[in-house]
Order: sequence, then structure tokens, then C-alpha cells
Amino acid sequence: MRFDLETIASFIEPGATVLDLGCGDGDLLYFLKKEKKIEGIGIEKDEAKVARCIERGIPVIHGDINKEILDYPANAFDYVILSRTLQQVYDPAGLIHSMLRVGKKGIVSFPNFGHWRVRWQLLYTGHTPVTRQLPYEWHDTPNIRVITLKDFRKFSRDTGFRILKISGLVMEKENAGGRVVRFFPNLRAAYGIFLIGKKLPYESPDS
Amino acid sequence: MSEYIEHDKNGVSVGVVEKKFFTFAKPPDEICLESGAKLGPVTLAYETYGTLNEDKNNAILICHALSGDSHVAGYYAPSDPKPGWWDIMVGPGKGIDTDRYFVVCSNILGSCKGSTGPCSINPKTNRPYGLDFPVITIGDMVKAQKRLIDHLGIKKILSIIGGSIGGMQALEWSVRYPEAVASTVALATATRHSALAIAFNEVARQAIMADPSWKGGNYYGGPGPDTGLTVARMIGHITYLSEEAMREKFGRRLQGREKFSFRFDADFQVESYLRHQGSKFVERFDANSFLYVTKAADYYDLPGQHGSGSLVHAFAKARAKFLVVSFTSDWLYPTRHSRTMVQALKKCGRDVSFCEIEAKWGHDAFLLPNDRLAGLLRGFLARVFFDESNGKNAF
Repeated sequence: MRFDLETIASFIEPGATVLDLGCGDGDLLYFLKKEKKIEGIGIEKDEAKVARCIERGIPVIHGDINKEILDYPANAFDYVILSRTLQQVYDPAGLIHSMLRVGKKGIVSFPNFGHWRVRWQLLYTGHTPVTRQLPYEWHDTPNIRVITLKDFRKFSRDTGFRILKISGLVMEKENAGGRVVRFFPNLRAAYGIFLIGKKLPYESPDS
Repeated sequence: MSEYIEHDKNGVSVGVVEKKFFTFAKPPDEICLESGAKLGPVTLAYETYGTLNEDKNNAILICHALSGDSHVAGYYAPSDPKPGWWDIMVGPGKGIDTDRYFVVCSNILGSCKGSTGPCSINPKTNRPYGLDFPVITIGDMVKAQKRLIDHLGIKKILSIIGGSIGGMQALEWSVRYPEAVASTVALATATRHSALAIAFNEVARQAIMADPSWKGGNYYGGPGPDTGLTVARMIGHITYLSEEAMREKFGRRLQGREKFSFRFDADFQVESYLRHQGSKFVERFDANSFLYVTKAADYYDLPGQHGSGSLVHAFAKARAKFLVVSFTSDWLYPTRHSRTMVQALKKCGRDVSFCEIEAKWGHDAFLLPNDRLAGLLRGFLARVFFDESNGKNAF
């Protein structure tokens, strides 16, 4: 199991209901279903990945996460997950608002653009950084934005949601083991995983 | 749609099968139809494949579309030139695996393939019903199917699977008998017909009724409205294909000639194809049944009937897990219809999966060999079966 997905799983209690936005082949939901007996559903835009999910018994909706999330009633899920997708989202504030409407809590993970390797590459080579986490050239990347852990904290204050927990991760190899970094995560973590909640005092963003 | 019937490429089949009959609602216990009319006795022709397990929780009901029948898979005799209409999907190890599941399919009420319909004998007159046969609805078809399922001793069906008009029946089951349905698979279908779909059906019906041999539906024993039924089927076939499929399959190619005939022969391949399909259909289908079944499909309105106009309210009654599938080039039952369904199911908290399959063959895509669809069905059914048997019967 990928270490970042394992970390996300550690945020979730057994038996919870989960919506996974951009769920891909359903790896995380499959893991959560097996290990934590969660009830989950994914949203995925790629037909082949959607089919793979259904073939392995994962409920999934074929479509665009920004649109498909709108149909769910408020607090329909305990957790709504956005894993490694935020950097491709056109309207992050709108999507996070939706996540915290249909979910009691949200989990957001993304590659950290503040990592020292990224900073060093830009400073030393003058080229747009290419790393294991952000493996694309400027002209073929699906990512429309880059984010640092600090950026996301500021974003939470600006748009009004709470950060309940942060894990900055170092991944040993991509898609393999890793560890959580405690000090200077914005400089040392390759990925940030945030558990987020609604603004206090408790009120639904719709009300 | 039987022109798509193909032999399994690997030669795998359920083998020789038998058409059975179940008769119920004998007077004075006739069934009450949605129109208020009563009908009885009612016979349903049906077939079963595979074995019902001890817990009786592995039953699958397949609902056929407009011109289908109970003969989903296998052969009546080893010498049959063609197997059942969905032989590619139903059989040992196939998408709907008869080694795992007990598969049932019955011919719909109003049809002409062994179930009671307008060509059946009216016990009151000892002559075929003709237009004395009451107008039936999708709900009536489902009510009759429920009687058969009760007769077979099945309390809860693992999955009701249907495409097109069969999909309507599957959806109807889920809200009419929520406790009896563990899952519903709706392929290339809609919760109600669009004006476009009704329009095509109406033109097809008019073609039949304008044929002088139709005689107000009383043509049994003499020549029937073959020309009208042929034209009706030709119209149907246009709607089952896509523009791209037609371009690829026929283009403007001529049929068996180099030059135009400068007469009204079938010059183009597409003309020849439609004429062929139309005249083949006449041999196997009753014109009055065509009128009744298409009318039932046009009347179908799931939100109107079960949710006071709201699809969310209608689906709130359902308890099943849903798999909804549409095909990109299907313009008769476009993806939009499926998305509306999925949206409502999400709103009322149902367990729903949806996949739009890229396919160029139009509405008929669901009947064609399709590994993707087979995979979806296999995975979805395995999950539902696992859940229904609390994990103890996992495959």
C-alpha cells in the first residue's frame, strides 16, 4: 500500500462513510473497505479506471468531481477525500466548500512545492522543477497550479475552513513506504496530507 | 435486435434449454391492470439457467426489450442455427455467470413469444384478443413477473438486469417491490421516454395501423399487416444505430450493383439492410404486440407514477444497489437520461455506480459483444452477492 494512502487511512475510523474524489482504480477505497470496513464510493472521470473500480467491487460514478459532488445531500459522508488532485482543480475554494458540505470532514493531499529539492532545482538550474512527485515538464503537466504546505494553511484562513491535522510525508520511493516528518515539513515533506473541518462555531456552510 | 445474436467465440454455452410456462390469474382471480381492466388467465413463457442455491439468494432476473423473448441463452436443440439473444453475456464464466447464479428470463406480458398478448386466445370468445386485449403498462409486466418469481420460491432477487425497455422494468421492480430486489442494473434506458422516442414509436405504430391488412387488429387467420410491420421495424433500426455506425457500416455503397437502377429498388446497402431486417421481423413478431409494447414504453413514467413527478421521491422507495450504464453514441436513450437517474439516486442516498461506455454502435451497443460491460456486470454482481450473503459466499 502506498504510504500516503496508508496515512490517509489512519485518519479514518472503522465503519465510516467515505467519498473519494478522483479515486482512480479505487486503490484507497479498496484498502479502506478491506481494512476499515468503511462504506465508500468514488468519482472518477476515466472510463477504464471506472470499470476497474466496478470490477473489483467498488461503487463509483463516472464523471467530473466538481459536478458530481453537487448532488449529494449535506453531511452524506463522514469523510470526503481529495488525494493528489488539488493541483489539477480549477476552483479549489469551490470544491473544498462542496467537500465540507457533503462531508463532515475532508482529507486533502497534494505534492509540496515548498520541498527543498524543488527550491534547489529552480535556484540552481533555473529550470521549472521536475521531481518524483511532480514528474512533468512545464509543457505536458496536467497540473494547473503548484501548492506549498504553507500556502494551504493560508488558504484555510482566507477561505474559512479548519485544519484539524497535518501530516508531512517523505516517501522513500514513489508508491512505496515512507515516514512522517515532524520538523520543518514545508521544507522537508514531499507530500502534505491535511484533515480539514468546517468553520467554527459549527455551522453548515450553506446556512 | 436478433440480428446481433452471435455464437460464443469460445463455444461456451449453457447448452440445451427448455421454454417453460406458468399460468396464473385464472378467472375469477384475474389480475387488475393499471388501466383498471382485468386480465386472466395469464401465461408467462420463461426459461431458467443455472441452479438456485439453498439460501435462494443467487437468482437473477433478466428483462428483455421490445422484441426479445425468454430465450436469453443456449439452444432449444443442438441443431438450432442461433443461440438465445444474449448468449454472449449469459453462460458459464460469462458476465452473468450461470455457474454462480440462477438466471430467469420471462417473455413480457403483451408480447407474442409464449406469454399472454393480443395474439393469445381470449377465453371469452375463443378467438385471438386482437384489440380487445387491454392496454398494458411496464408496471403490469412487472406485476406479472413478480407472480412468476413468487412461484419459483424466490423472496429476494439478487439482481434485475435489463436494457432499453428491459431497463424500465428493472427500475420499476426496484421501486414497486423494494424488499424483493437486492440490486438493479439499468442499461441504455430511461425513467421515461423523451418526445423523440415517443415520436419514433408513434410513426412505427402508424405504419402498422395504416396497412389495410391490419383491419383494426383483427387480422388473425388471414394475411397480417406485414408491410406496416416491416416499415415499423425499419424505423426502429434507424434509431438503434448511430450516424457514425451507419456511415461505417453502409456509407453510400450500392447493394449488388455498380450503377443506380433509376427505379425504386433498394439501390443502397442501407436500404437493402433495412428491408431485410424489416421482412425478417415479420416472420417472428406480431404487429399488435408491437403496438402494445411500444405504447407501454411510451406511457412509462417512473417519477410521475411513483414520486408525484419527483424522481428523487420515486427512488427514495427503492432499497436496491444500482448499476447504471449508458453508451456514448446512443441517441435514443442518451447518457443524459442515465445521469438524471444517477443524480436522483445520489440525492436519496442509494448505493449507485455509473459508467458511460465509449461505443460507436448506438443504442444497440448493449447487445453487442462488450468485454467492458461483461467486466462491470461480473464485478457488480459479485459484490452484491458478497453483501447479500454477509461475506460467507464470496467467490
